[in-house]
Amino acid sequence: MSKLSQRHLLGIKNLTRQDLELIFETADNFKDVINRPIKKVPSLRDVTIANVFFENSTRTRLSFELAEKRLSADVVNFSTSTSSVKKGETLLDTVNNILAMKVDMVVMRHASVGAPHFLAKHIKANIINAGDGTHEHPTQALLDTFSIREKLGTVEGKKIAIIGDILHSRVALSNIFALKKLGAEVMVCGPPTLLPKYISSLGVMVEWDVKKALAWCDVANVLRIQLERQQIKYFPSLREYSLYYGINKKILDDLKKDIVLMHPGPINRGVELTSDAADSHHSIILDQVENGVAIRMAVLYLLAGAN
Amino acid sequence: MQKKLVLDSNQLDITLDRLCQQLIEAHSHFSDSVILGMQPRGIFLAELIHAKLEKLVKKKIPLGYLDTTFHRDDFRRREIPAKASETRVNFMIEGKNVILIDDVLFTGRTVRAALDAMIAFGRPSKVELLVLVDRKYTRDLPISADYVGRYVDTLESQRVLVELEAQGYRQNKIWLINKDK
Repeated sequence: MSKLSQRHLLGIKNLTRQDLELIFETADNFKDVINRPIKKVPSLRDVTIANVFFENSTRTRLSFELAEKRLSADVVNFSTSTSSVKKGETLLDTVNNILAMKVDMVVMRHASVGAPHFLAKHIKANIINAGDGTHEHPTQALLDTFSIREKLGTVEGKKIAIIGDILHSRVALSNIFALKKLGAEVMVCGPPTLLPKYISSLGVMVEWDVKKALAWCDVANVLRIQLERQQIKYFPSLREYSLYYGINKKILDDLKKDIVLMHPGPINRGVELTSDAADSHHSIILDQVENGVAIRMAVLYLLAGAN
Repeated sequence: MQKKLVLDSNQLDITLDRLCQQLIEAHSHFSDSVILGMQPRGIFLAELIHAKLEKLVKKKIPLGYLDTTFHRDDFRRREIPAKASETRVNFMIEGKNVILIDDVLFTGRTVRAALDAMIAFGRPSKVELLVLVDRKYTRDLPISADYVGRYVDTLESQRVLVELEAQGYRQNKIWLINKDK
């Protein structure tokens, strides 16, 4: 089968392992395409896509926009700061107005959990979730697991530690779903206040000590402290967080093995990662960004083609 | 389902030899010629011809695989998106004589997509098409092959099935199949 089980990409939770593998195989081919002298293919020539971003983004939006353009789709961009949302228009009205202009697919980021799921129930276009609040960020998890598969050959049986602010992270949740579906072992690590209380019910291990987590894992996916989502204090100071949970070159060198270091960006250099660690040979952070375009091309291609 | 044999293993071998001789006649030393097999089924034939040619002219000839999936014109018009295969073109085709190889020429739409896909790798000086089976009177586009293994008169409802040992079949055979009504 070369078709996804879903019409929308709302989260990793409702994808099957076959879906993930189909996306990876398609992305392999697109990665080849974007490394050619001519990086464009005409597949989505008659498809119009709206990138609707109710929350800030650099990488994800650029990556989606590039992926769409490499597939020859027509692209319209929308962000809240310059739109009528400021005048009080509802989400459904906003999107319905965009669709009235004959848009086939909507890529949406929203600060509220479930916003893309709500839209999927009410409109006909294919929806791709580019991050909904603290819930899911499926394309990030796809590109993270794709990068692990590329670097280590497989995801099955590998040990992945997700380190940092798990509580506010949609990247963490989507990654846990994707990694578990692909047969990896997953550990989350962070200060107890930043770990959701029942996280172990997802089948992941919990560790408070970052050095133990690093010693255990093959891959460390380090997350940013999301200060913008934290209404109360979860730890005394950034300096203290960095002292206990920050990863530097020395910690990596003291491990008796080579691990792979990942970060979904944006990095707060000096907080969760020091510069010498982020730029070391362990890091595949920029490969993740490159793979992001290939993965998003694969998702857009597979969803658009199944109509 | 009725099957009719078009070419058996021996006949196919003779045909392939003849195609190779024709290629040598046109390309003599293959100094500026490259071969592109079309995914997914044309690559097996391309490999067969490539191996025979290298033996005959006693030199290396570049061989690549070209996937046309992302250049097809029926995207969103079919139920399921076509599954992509690997494209492997590890050489420059700029200024080269390209020999495109596929097993069956039917509507010509795949060849159109292949021409489009190929241009992404450069501007060849000349492009030729070699097919094992040319289904006559079924073309949707003004496309014809330069080298043809066998012309076959077919109805649109019929199918041509190429079975090659390289694809895992026991013997090289080419069939014409009548689909059940």
